[in-house]
Formats: sequence, C-alpha cells, structure tokens
Amino acid sequence: MDISASPSIADGPVYTHQTVRLDSGLDLECGVHLAPLEVAYCTYGTLSPARDNAILVCHALTGDQYLAERNPLTGKPGWWSRMVGPGLPIDTDRYFVVCSNVLGGCMGTTGPRSICAETGKAWDSEFPPITMHDIVAAQAKLIDHLGIDRLFAVIGGSMGGMQALTWAADFPDRVFAAMPIATSPFHSAQNIAFNEVSRQAIFADPDWHDGHYRDFGAIPARGLGVARMMAHITYLSEEALSRKFGRRVRHDAATAVPASSSPSLFGEMFEVESYLRHQGSSFVRRFDANSYLTITRAMDYFDLAAEHDGDLANPFRKSQTRFCVVSFSSDWLFPTSQSRLLVRALNRAGANVSFVEIESDRGHDAFLLEEPDFDRTIRGFIAGAAEHAALKAGER
Amino acid sequence: MRVDQRLIAEMIAPRARVLDVGSGDGTLIDYLYRTRSCDARGIEIDMQNVTQSVAHGLPVMHGDADHDLADYPDDTFDYVVLQRTLQAVERPREVLRQMLRIGRHAIVSFPNFGHWRLRLQLLTTGRMPMTPVWNTPWYSTPNIHPCTIRDFLLLCEEEGYVIQQWLAIDEDGARAPWRRSIRLANLFGEQAMFLLKRAGH
Repeated sequence: MDISASPSIADGPVYTHQTVRLDSGLDLECGVHLAPLEVAYCTYGTLSPARDNAILVCHALTGDQYLAERNPLTGKPGWWSRMVGPGLPIDTDRYFVVCSNVLGGCMGTTGPRSICAETGKAWDSEFPPITMHDIVAAQAKLIDHLGIDRLFAVIGGSMGGMQALTWAADFPDRVFAAMPIATSPFHSAQNIAFNEVSRQAIFADPDWHDGHYRDFGAIPARGLGVARMMAHITYLSEEALSRKFGRRVRHDAATAVPASSSPSLFGEMFEVESYLRHQGSSFVRRFDANSYLTITRAMDYFDLAAEHDGDLANPFRKSQTRFCVVSFSSDWLFPTSQSRLLVRALNRAGANVSFVEIESDRGHDAFLLEEPDFDRTIRGFIAGAAEHAALKAGER
Repeated sequence: MRVDQRLIAEMIAPRARVLDVGSGDGTLIDYLYRTRSCDARGIEIDMQNVTQSVAHGLPVMHGDADHDLADYPDDTFDYVVLQRTLQAVERPREVLRQMLRIGRHAIVSFPNFGHWRLRLQLLTTGRMPMTPVWNTPWYSTPNIHPCTIRDFLLLCEEEGYVIQQWLAIDEDGARAPWRRSIRLANLFGEQAMFLLKRAGH
C-alpha cells in the first residue's frame, strides 16, 4: 500500500478543526471518566433566535464533520454536500445544521490519538471502549454548548442512523424528528463478522505494534487498507460492482502487482481490484487504525432492544418524536428487513413513523449517492415535520 | 378528493387520531390533518404512493392491512379507516378485529357484491360478473373476498360490533338513497360504508 504520496493523518494534527473543549469531560458507560472532552464540529446556516431550527447530522463509521464543505484532509467535497446546503433537501437557508466528529474519531474529537491526561501520552490502543450512547452523550454536550435545548431533527445514515436512534431513545424530549437511514437497531452477527475480519486484518499487520504503531513511526497501512477494501465491498451491491467494473482488466502494467516470475498469475489486474486498492490506500491516509477499531467495536455493541429488556419498543414508548425510517432495496449490509423490524417496534410503541424503502441497485452506499426519491423523501419529511413544529417557512 | 372520502371525513371528529389503512396517495390523511387538525397517519402497500406521501410531508409507512396492524397497542387510534380494500385482504375478519382493537372506531367501505347487476349477470350468463366496480377478470382480480352488504352485517353481528352508521353509495361515492332498507341497499348499492365500534363501549 503506497501511502507516501500525500500528507497523511499519521503526520499528526496539521489541520485545525473547529473544536469545543469541555473540561468537565464525559462519563463513559465503561466507567472511565474522559476529561477533557474535545468535540470537533462544523455548522452551516444560522441558528434561529428561538433556537428551534437545529438539525444534527450524524456521520457514518469513517465519515467526519466535514459535511458540506471541502474536507481539509482529502481536499474532496463534504461527504453529503449534495444533500446539505442552500436550497438543498437539508436546507441551510432555513436550518442550522450541525455535524460533529464522533467520539473515538480521528478528526479532532477526543479519540485514540488524543492525549490521556493521566499518562501524558496518546491513548492509542489504550483508549477506553465506547458505545453508541457515549458517542451520542458527547454530541449532547456539544449541543448543550451551542445553547440548543431541543433539536428539530437528528438525521444519519448507517452508523449515523444508529446515533439518530440512540438520540431518540436517550433524549426523547430533545429530538423533535429523527431520520434513521440505511441502518438497524442492532448490529447483526453478519455485521460483527465483517468488522471482525477488518480488525484481524489490522492486527495481522507487522506495523500494528499492539496498537502503539505511532511510537514506532509506523501505521498498519496494509492491514487498515485491507480492512477498508473488505468493508467497501459490503457498501456496494453485486449489481453496482458489475455495472461499474464488470470483468474488465487493466492492461496498465505499472499498476499491476510486480511479478517475481513470468508469466505471472497476477500480471494483470481486474478493474475492481484496482478500484479496491485505491479505496484502501486513500483510506489509510485519512483514518487512524485505533479509531477504526474503537468505532467498529461501538457499532458491534449496539443493540437497543437488549438494553431495554429485549423489547425494542421500550425505549420509544411515550416518544413524541416523529420518525422517518428509510432503507434501500439493494442494501444487504443493513437490509430492509432490519428497518422493518424497527418500524414494527416503533408501531408497538405507538410512535409516529413514516417508512420508505427506496428502490436502488447501489447497495448500502446509496444513501450517499444521487437518488431522487430519497432526496424527495428527506425534503418532504423535514417539511412535514417543520409544519408540525410550527416553524414558519423562511423564519431565521 | 373522492366523494366517499369526503363522507368518511365527515364521520371523523376534529383532532382525532386516525390511521388510514391503504392510504393511497394520502389524500384523506392530508385532508384530515389540514381541515380537522387530526393526527392522521397512513399505511400503504404501494411504494410509489408511500414515497409520494412522505415527500408531501405525510406520515405514511410501507405496509399492509394483513401484516402491520397487529403491532399497534390497543386503542392507539380513535378511527381506523379501510377504504375499498376489505375484499382484497387475506383475512378480512382478522383485519376487522385488529382495526377495532387498535381503534375505538372502524370506518370500512367495500364494493357490494349483492348489487343487482352482478346478480343478473351471474344468473343470465353463468359467468363471473364484470361491472364498472368489479372490472377485473376472476383470474387476475385482487378482490379475493367479495361480500354483500348482508354478509357484512352478519359478520358484524357475529363479532359483536355496533354499527353506528351505514350507508350505500354509488360508484362515484355519492350517497345512495337506500338508507332505511337493507334489502334495497343490498340490491341497489354499488358500495357500502360502515362506521363501527366495539360492543360495550
């Protein structure tokens, strides 16, 4: 894996993220008190005088707070810039949109790369285990800091959807509307299995050094790259891969794996292989392996029903939150059946719930891509919720 | 909005909690929300209709009468509406039970298989009738449980439902004049609409 080409996250915090530092810290579910707590975030639009137009967007496993602006690390547009902006479905002319880097992340929020107050050294692999509740509790501290009592909406896809659900479960009075997208109320055995393969790939890297790779001036780039390649397959669908790459072969010798003997078994490379390698190598430039382990573990722990006496309806009883659950027909990582399970539980709780399965052949990642029906759904749900929240159009 | 939907809306008290089962494009729940301040939600089987409804800001979920009513707690709604769909569900009796479990009232409309034109066609041609209301051939019709007004009355009696209001309507949904005579309504009513509640309420 070639990682020398551009500045990497391994080079340290060369970018200044907008961050709030909370010296009171955060009590984690595991019992550890994490202080100080730093939360890096971006905001878009203007908070209304009544402070009632805030939308929190929660990012997925490897996302970050750079929702709708150029990402300073990758130079690419924000990960949801097609959805969030003036006049877009999440309209920053009307709403104050907040997105923060998750706890345990590597883009400015407290995580494995942060300094542990006790040791004076970076946490690295000693970073305490965190849960989705901890992630949301850290966001809640940011929302407190911003002076927002009740969020108009919490929206998120994939792991972001887990956060949206956790918000609605943990802070029912602070969430007027919740939109869990392409997500599930629990991480399935298959989801955990994929994460485990990712983690084992990282552990198997000689540069892993038991998680203290930074002390050795190394990063487990091969392991993390393989983890990303494998995970990336789960974000797509067979149809999407076939359409994009088919069985086409790259005849560009420079990009093929150097062969020791010829004729070689790997003298040429399928385009899909080249694509995945690119995904892997660009990922290791921007993401920290310990963060990846910490956050995937938090996802694995996620099971809302188990935490509430085995009944998923329990956390949502008496909830006044308006829900809109969205799934994608070709998403096999978080399939529609899991969304339907969630919808059934919300019905059992008597909650107000809309549920749409968007027809798409692009797999889990469809929520990040151009899907007109999805755009209409988000826009419509927000407009309907706003009407109920008696937010007047154009009010700032 | 269809005339029969207007008749349904007239049966519903302002600010009521309403579930429209088979909400279609969401016309009725939109009307109930806007004109009667109802907490009106929908269940719809056709995904395009669901998407269109949610895109209009209406709380609609993908689902169907046979499978998705059982989840709701008792008395979640004041009214549960089933428009022109009873004849197409898998288990009409169970659907009615669920409607009157989760709702204090049920409003049910269905096409009347006792209409004279159907009776006459079956008698004279010996074949399954085809009319403007029953307009799909037997092998492809979704209407797997046709019933007459009299059949429906009998079922209500068996199940102990109180009929608070009923009316026969024509295909356009307008009220038909056969209000006093069940016999005439069953012969001349193209559709029927019932407002039911549980006994002992």
